[in-house]
Amino acid sequence: MAYRSIIDYVTANWGMDYTTYTGYPFGAGVENLPYLISLRIWECIGGAIAWLLDLLFPGAVTIDGYDIDVSAWLIDPYTCVIFALVIFMIVIFAVAFIAVLISLWEERKVLGRAMDRRGTMIGMWGFVQCVADGLKTFMKDNVHSTRIDKMTYWWTAALVIGTSVLIDCMVPLSGRWFVVNYDAGLIIIMGLYALAPFFILVSGWAQNNKYSLIGGIRAAEMMISYEVPMLIIIVTAALLAGSLNIGDIVAAQQDVWFVIPMCVGFVTFLICSTAEAERAPFDLAEAESELVEGWQTEYGGMKWGLIMLADYMRGAVSCGMIVILFFGGWQLPFIDLMQVCKDLGPNFFWVPIPEVVFLLKAWFAFFLMIMIRCGVARVRTDSILNLGWKVFMPLSVVNLLIVLALKVGGIY
Amino acid sequence: MTDEKITQIPDAQAIAEGAEVTKEMAAAYTGSTMDTDKMWIIMGPQHPFSHGLWTLKICADGEIVTDADPIVGYLHRGWEKEVENRTYTKIIPMADRLCYAASMTYTHLFCMTCEKALGIDVPEKTKYIRIVADEINRLQSHLMWLASVGTDFGNYTVFLWSTREREYWMDMNVRLCGARLTTNYPRIGGVRNDVFDIDCDLPNDEDHSRFLRDLVRCCDHFDKALWEIVGLVDNNSTFMSRMLGTGIITREQCANLGITGPAARGTGIDFDIRRDNPYDNYDQVDFDVPVINSGDSYARYMVRVEEMFQCTKIIRQCVQKIKALGRSAPYRLKVPSKIPAGRTFCTLEDPRGESMMYLHSDGTDHPYRLKVRSPIFVNVSASKPLLEGCRIADVPIIMAMIDMCLGETDR
Repeated sequence: MAYRSIIDYVTANWGMDYTTYTGYPFGAGVENLPYLISLRIWECIGGAIAWLLDLLFPGAVTIDGYDIDVSAWLIDPYTCVIFALVIFMIVIFAVAFIAVLISLWEERKVLGRAMDRRGTMIGMWGFVQCVADGLKTFMKDNVHSTRIDKMTYWWTAALVIGTSVLIDCMVPLSGRWFVVNYDAGLIIIMGLYALAPFFILVSGWAQNNKYSLIGGIRAAEMMISYEVPMLIIIVTAALLAGSLNIGDIVAAQQDVWFVIPMCVGFVTFLICSTAEAERAPFDLAEAESELVEGWQTEYGGMKWGLIMLADYMRGAVSCGMIVILFFGGWQLPFIDLMQVCKDLGPNFFWVPIPEVVFLLKAWFAFFLMIMIRCGVARVRTDSILNLGWKVFMPLSVVNLLIVLALKVGGIY
Repeated sequence: MTDEKITQIPDAQAIAEGAEVTKEMAAAYTGSTMDTDKMWIIMGPQHPFSHGLWTLKICADGEIVTDADPIVGYLHRGWEKEVENRTYTKIIPMADRLCYAASMTYTHLFCMTCEKALGIDVPEKTKYIRIVADEINRLQSHLMWLASVGTDFGNYTVFLWSTREREYWMDMNVRLCGARLTTNYPRIGGVRNDVFDIDCDLPNDEDHSRFLRDLVRCCDHFDKALWEIVGLVDNNSTFMSRMLGTGIITREQCANLGITGPAARGTGIDFDIRRDNPYDNYDQVDFDVPVINSGDSYARYMVRVEEMFQCTKIIRQCVQKIKALGRSAPYRLKVPSKIPAGRTFCTLEDPRGESMMYLHSDGTDHPYRLKVRSPIFVNVSASKPLLEGCRIADVPIIMAMIDMCLGETDR
C-alpha cells in the first residue's frame, strides 16, 4: 500500500485537494477549523483501517481495480465527507459541552464567592463537580407520570434541547472556527431562539401538571416580549456594520467596538438576553419558590440534565451574541490576531488565539450575568412584561435613533 | 363546535344561510370578556415555598389568586397528650421541640407557667439570663426567616448571608447551653447553668466572663452585618417591587383574625407583651417596639428587621445588668416537683407572635392538661385575606412574611 491514508489516496487518484474540493458543504478553500479537524480525524481512522486491511489481507486489496468493497467504500470521497460530518458533529458538541461546563463552573464559583462561600470544591478548583453532577443525572432512573401526553412530552424535550444545541452551532468562535456562515446569521440565531417558547408551551401542557402549564405560559409570554427589543438592537448593529453576516459585523468592529456607539443598546441587550436565556432574575418559567420547577417539573434524570445543559447553552449563545455585537467578537483593537497566528509560522497557524479571545470575552459577558443574578430578586410576571414593552422596547428604539444619527452624521 | 352550541348563537339561522359573521354576533356568543376557568393549585405538603410540612390550596384565575385555603396538621405529634404522662421536668426538653427555630422561648414559657403555678419568683439574674437567651433565639429565628425569604425571592445571596450571621448567634447558643437548636436550658426556678461558668478566664471574677464579652462583640458585629443584608434588599427595586403593596391586611382584619406578633405590628397594632405586659425583667430594659401602619409585606419585613436591631440593644443592656449582679447572685432555685392543683395561664412574646400556655395541674408531678396556643396556627388562618387578589408569583413572599413554623402549629 503506497497510500498513507484515504485522503492521500483521494488526492492522488481523483487528482483533487480536499481543502479545495467543492463538494464539501463549506465551500472551497474556507479555513473551517472544526471541519478540518474532523477530516483529519477521519483521515487517521481511515488510514488505520486501510493499514489493517493491508495487514490482514496482504495482496488481496487492489484499490485501483476496486476488488475489496470495504476499502473502496471507505476511500470513496462522498463517504469520506459523510463520516467527516459525523465526526464534525461530535467535535461541535464536545466544544459546546465543554464551553457549557466551563460556564457552569464559572457561575458556581463566582456565585459562591459573591455569597461568601467557596462554590464547588471537587477536583481542580471545583471543576470536576460539574462532571460528577452530569454523571449523577445520567445514572438517575427515568421516571415520569403515567398521565402525561407521552409523545408530546418526549418530543418537546428533544426539540428544546435540539434547538438549543443548534443555536450553539450558529455562533462562530472565530473567522475560521464556525459551522455555518450565512449572510443573515444573526436573524437565523434569533429565529431559532424564537422556536423554543412554543415547545416549552406545548411541553407545559403535555405534562398534565398545573405548575408546568403556568410555567410554560410564562416562558412563552416572556420570550415573545423580549425578542422584539433584541431584534431591534440586532438590526441596529447590522445598520452600523452594513451587513447581517456575523463575520462582517465583527470585522466592522476592528478598531471601535460597537459597545461605544450602542451603549444604550448594550445594557438593554444584556438584560434582554438574560431574560431570553431564562436566567435569574427572569427565570420565572422555572420559578422554584412558587412553581416548583416550572415547565421542567415532570422531567427527571437525564432529561432534566440535558434541559439544564440546553439552558446553559442558550446562556452561552446569549454571551456569544453580546461579544459579537458589542465586544468586537474574536478581535482585539488595533491587533490583527489572524495575522499574529500566521506570523507564528505554518506549524503554529492553528494556535487558537482568536478563539480564546472570543471565549474570554464571552465568559466576561457571562460574569456580568452572574453578578446580576446574585444581587437581585426574581421579577414578577407583570413587572417583566412592563419592563419589556415599556422600558426596553423604547430604549432599543432610542439606540436605533442614536445609531441613525451617527450614520447620517457620517461618523459611521 | 357541537350542534347544541351552534343553536345558541343568535342569528344561527342567518349564518347558516350564508350571512357574514359580524363582530356583534361573535361578542353575543363569547361575551365581552374572555371566558376563563378558575384553577385550584395545591401547593404542598412538599413544595419549595412551604417551609415545613403544610399545604396551601390557592384558587387561581389566570395569574390572579382568588381564594386560598391553608391545611395544617401533617406534623401533629400529639404533643399536648404526650406531656400529660410526663413529669414537669421531663416536659422541658419536649417544649424545645415545639419550635426548632426559637426553642428557648417555648421552654421559657413552660418554666414560667410552672413558676406562676407554684407562686415562686425566680432570681433577678435568671430573669436577665432568660431575656438574653430569648433574644438570641429571636435573632436566630428572624435570621432564619430572612434566609427563607431570600430563597422565596429567588435570591440565594440573602439566604447565605443571613445564615452566615445566624451562625454567630448559634455559636453563642452553643456556648450558653451546649446545643444549637434544642437547647434544654431553662429550668423551673431558674436556668441550667450560670453565664459566669462559661469560658471564664479567672474563677470568681465576673469581669472576665468571655461569654459575656463575646456576646457584646457579637452584637457589635451583627449591627453592621445586618445593615449589609438590609442594604442589599432595601436598595434594590426588584426586592421592593415584590414587597411594597402586596399582601395588604388591615388592622380590623388583623384584630378579628387574632393575628399577633410582627404581622400585627406591621398593620399598626402597637402591642408587644414584652412592653405592655412585661414578664421577667423586660420592664427594666429600654427598647422600642417597631410599628408600621401600611400592613403590606414590606411592613412585616421592616418590623422584623427593626426587631433584630432592638434585640442587640436588649442583649447589651442585659449583659450590663448581669455583670452588675455578679457571679455570686443565685441563678436557680430549688423547687418542688409537684405543682398544686389549679389553673395557670401565661403568655410570652414569641418571635412569631403571642404564644400562650394554659396549665391545668392536679397536685401531682405531671400536668392534667397543658394547652399551647401557637401564634402561627392563628396567623396562617389569614391566608385568604392576605392572598386574595395577589399574583401566584407573590404567594411565597406573602406567606413567608408570616414566618411559618410547623413544629408549634401542629404540635
